[in-house]
Amino acid sequence: MSQEAKEKILEYMKSQKKTKLYFNDLCKAVPDLKMREAKKIINQMVEEGTIKYWSSGSTTMYMLPGVDDVGKEEDSMK
Amino acid sequence: MALKHKTPMLDELEKGPWPSFVTDIKRVAERKPMAEDLLGLLEMSYEHKEGHWKHGGIVGVFGYGGGVIGRYCDRPDLFPNVAHFHTMRVNQPASKFYTTEVLRKLCDIWEEKGSGLTNMHGSTGDIILLGTTTDQLEPIFYELTHDLGMDLGGSGSNMRTPSCCVGKARCEWSCIDTQDITYDITMRYQDELHRPMFPYKFKFKTSGCPNDCVAAIARADCSIIGTWRDKIRIDQEAVRAYVGGELVPNGGAHGTEKRALDIQKEVIDLCPTKCMEWDGKNLKIWDEDCTRCMHCINVMPRALRPGLDTGATILVGAKAPILEGAQLGSVVIPFIKMEPPYEEFHEFVEKMWDWWMEEGKNRERLGETIQRLGMKAFLEATELQPDPRMVNTPRYNPYIFYDPAEVPGGWSHDPKAYRERHHA
Ligand code: SF4
Ligand code: SF4
Repeated sequence: MSQEAKEKILEYMKSQKKTKLYFNDLCKAVPDLKMREAKKIINQMVEEGTIKYWSSGSTTMYMLPGVDDVGKEEDSMK
Repeated sequence: MALKHKTPMLDELEKGPWPSFVTDIKRVAERKPMAEDLLGLLEMSYEHKEGHWKHGGIVGVFGYGGGVIGRYCDRPDLFPNVAHFHTMRVNQPASKFYTTEVLRKLCDIWEEKGSGLTNMHGSTGDIILLGTTTDQLEPIFYELTHDLGMDLGGSGSNMRTPSCCVGKARCEWSCIDTQDITYDITMRYQDELHRPMFPYKFKFKTSGCPNDCVAAIARADCSIIGTWRDKIRIDQEAVRAYVGGELVPNGGAHGTEKRALDIQKEVIDLCPTKCMEWDGKNLKIWDEDCTRCMHCINVMPRALRPGLDTGATILVGAKAPILEGAQLGSVVIPFIKMEPPYEEFHEFVEKMWDWWMEEGKNRERLGETIQRLGMKAFLEATELQPDPRMVNTPRYNPYIFYDPAEVPGGWSHDPKAYRERHHA
């Protein structure tokens, strides 16, 4: 189950134009999962290095590795 | 010592009688090239009226999804020493009690591995260590955890580092053990603190009494404010001593001279619910009408004290953003005992988070989700009963609706027939 969910999330990320996605966006890829379960899987993916965090300090987003992650600050609010 | 960069605009900020952050940074710049380049970069930002920082990349140390705010300068050619200038948020001890030994060690670590600049404390409460490079993050984290027993705090879409007032450690008014509550939240919700999962930030703040010294009611998504449900304790002898000028009113906060307290003008008339009376000898309080505003207790601390049946009021939805949209918390649990192991509180918190995670939009604080979907939806999700004490102003926030299924006998309503009688 979790392997399947991970693949769905990865595919979803690759299909998106935006490079940075919110947690809620990733959950759209696995609509059948409860948020807390999705969170566990997404955190596992971060640990495994298949996806990575991006943070402005106030909000956290998710990216694929290999994409340039140091963007101009989009929102300087902390 | 002459600094590398000319900073005429920053220098303006050193004028006047108040302390200046520019002077502080200059002092550090004499020994730290990082602080020197920081001044140069800041001056350039003032000139261009544009920021020169880029964010992103790093969010924490290994296994953490928060606690570090990655910051890079976009002109490393001009300011190589601030090419990296990451912030580390360190979880402050509850109520910010330190030993000087810990503070010295913390500064030593930062002097050696960071810019030497700190911000004690950020508005969430964390110790903010300003400016270090990527290669130093893990070594600093190692020393913080191993030598000081300290951890990183929250950032991003995490639960943020909980904070509290001094509570029972130093304050006679505290109705709850604020440090223990903070510690319990911190330890129970480690995952939420270190790994982002929410639509946006989430803050807990705990004040021991309604004086609310940490301004929980204005700043925390979930505010825990100590209160009592029995009677204010009155020492009539001491009330008469205040009136007779034998004791200093307000605990000396507004002047340490002994003077006779005008109890009618300074206390009775200022009671917001007018539930007090003074007959020249005895003070009477109708506690059922008292809103626990603390005014009378603040004025006569030797004579009046909070009751003994203590607990907390829980409010949700406050936020104090920098630009706009400040909002105070709304009462959702008028009274809860708040004693270990805090099971009732945990259950509430987890139901609240489940709802916000499902319903909250990206970058929407809990208070905004409640505003958008209604307090009724929040109360249903958290299985709380509506209560008159949740009404802020009658007819202003009437979110309590009756459901025919829950009223004995029920009723029926035919909207079509209604519209025939009442044209829209
Ligand atoms: S909030 Fe109340 S208990 Fe806490 S420090 Fe302030 S006055 Fe004391
Ligand atoms: S605490 Fe406030 S509301 Fe209660 S009796 Fe004192 S002044 Fe009145």
